[in-house]
Amino acid sequence: MTELSLENIALERGERRIAEGIRARVAGGAALLLQGPNGSGKSTLLRVLAGLLPPAEGTITWDGADVTRDREAYRARLCYLGYQDALKPGLTALENLQFWARYGGAKGSDAAEPALRAFGLARLAGRPARMLSAGQKRRLALSRLALSDAPLWLLDEPVTALDTEARAAFIALLGRHLTAGGLAVIATHEPLAIEARVLSLGPES
Amino acid sequence: MSAFLALLRRDLVMSYRQGIDAWVVVLFFLAAGILFPFAIGPEPNALMRISTGVVLSMAALAALLSLDRLYQGDFDDGSLDLMALSPLPLELAALAKALAHWLSTGLPLLIAAPLLALMLNAPTESYGPMLAALALATPALSLLGGLGAALTLGSRRGGILLTLLILPLYVPVLIFAAGLISRSTLLEGDPTGPLLLLGGLDLGLLAITPWATAAALRQALR
Repeated sequence: MTELSLENIALERGERRIAEGIRARVAGGAALLLQGPNGSGKSTLLRVLAGLLPPAEGTITWDGADVTRDREAYRARLCYLGYQDALKPGLTALENLQFWARYGGAKGSDAAEPALRAFGLARLAGRPARMLSAGQKRRLALSRLALSDAPLWLLDEPVTALDTEARAAFIALLGRHLTAGGLAVIATHEPLAIEARVLSLGPES
Repeated sequence: MSAFLALLRRDLVMSYRQGIDAWVVVLFFLAAGILFPFAIGPEPNALMRISTGVVLSMAALAALLSLDRLYQGDFDDGSLDLMALSPLPLELAALAKALAHWLSTGLPLLIAAPLLALMLNAPTESYGPMLAALALATPALSLLGGLGAALTLGSRRGGILLTLLILPLYVPVLIFAAGLISRSTLLEGDPTGPLLLLGGLDLGLLAITPWATAAALRQALR
């Protein structure tokens, strides 16, 4: 059974300690919601979980093995969606998605068009990303999830600016991911219609 | 390999679509070079003496122009995070970016160089050596420039800092390139020394800068 475990993690931002003693376990098929006020370290924790930042203290283990021991294998298991959309304004929606499919997606660039359809973006495939609205850009960023077959999703405020239809598409995609035995750690302010454990990060002390 | 090509292609497509990038570099190169006849007078022999030197230094300055955007865009929009997490090592991504920079600035400069040389009354026999020197020097400029862009990423006034950091590193490249031109055009000159030094510099930078650049990028992401 796949399991991600956070043991006694401490977070620092700019040499200031912002959270300590974070412990959590997420097993295959389950999601963990990170909640807490602005500045409580949700995004920082996600960056630490992605391996972009080292934790100030503590260890992260995947199936009981410290992830720092084989970074590349761990990176191949995760799909990270930051609070930024990582889109190039000069490329079309389809080109943006095809680029990420070729660059790191497991499914190749043929998967890009079905991924666009999943988020109702088929009509906008040829439109440059700079002409998309904030919500459309977020949908495009989310459709990157459909390109990945990584078991661990790390999502930072995934439903920001989404309308109800796109939210439902996201929840459906997330549901399929979890049913297939995937894991998700999601930082969010808004209630999501899924069953998940909640990890509350405290206010800055 | 396909990820490497995808990144190279994306950067080239973006610089082609923005269009201005390559043109701005070439126009700056020509415009800055044309200042010299105005400043030192139209005396043909004086111009002839400085012509290839002006072409080389203006090429070095023009190559700096588009450097500060090399990683800044990917840093600002979160793409760099995803690149750091992708299976393609950041070292190869840095190489792809430097190659894209060379194709979108070094190569147009190489094509525009004879025009500037013509306007500066360069001696006929210096065109070949000048193009050879530029062909060997511009890859070094792109590789060093990529490292500078990564080192100054995320700092305020990064563009100015980048220039101050990179220009001194361009000095050896210019010295070898100028040596190559003067040794080739002199009677009884032997250009083998500067040619080998410049080629060796390129290969050395090719081996070192991707690692240094990737380390600087990882630092910038923390």
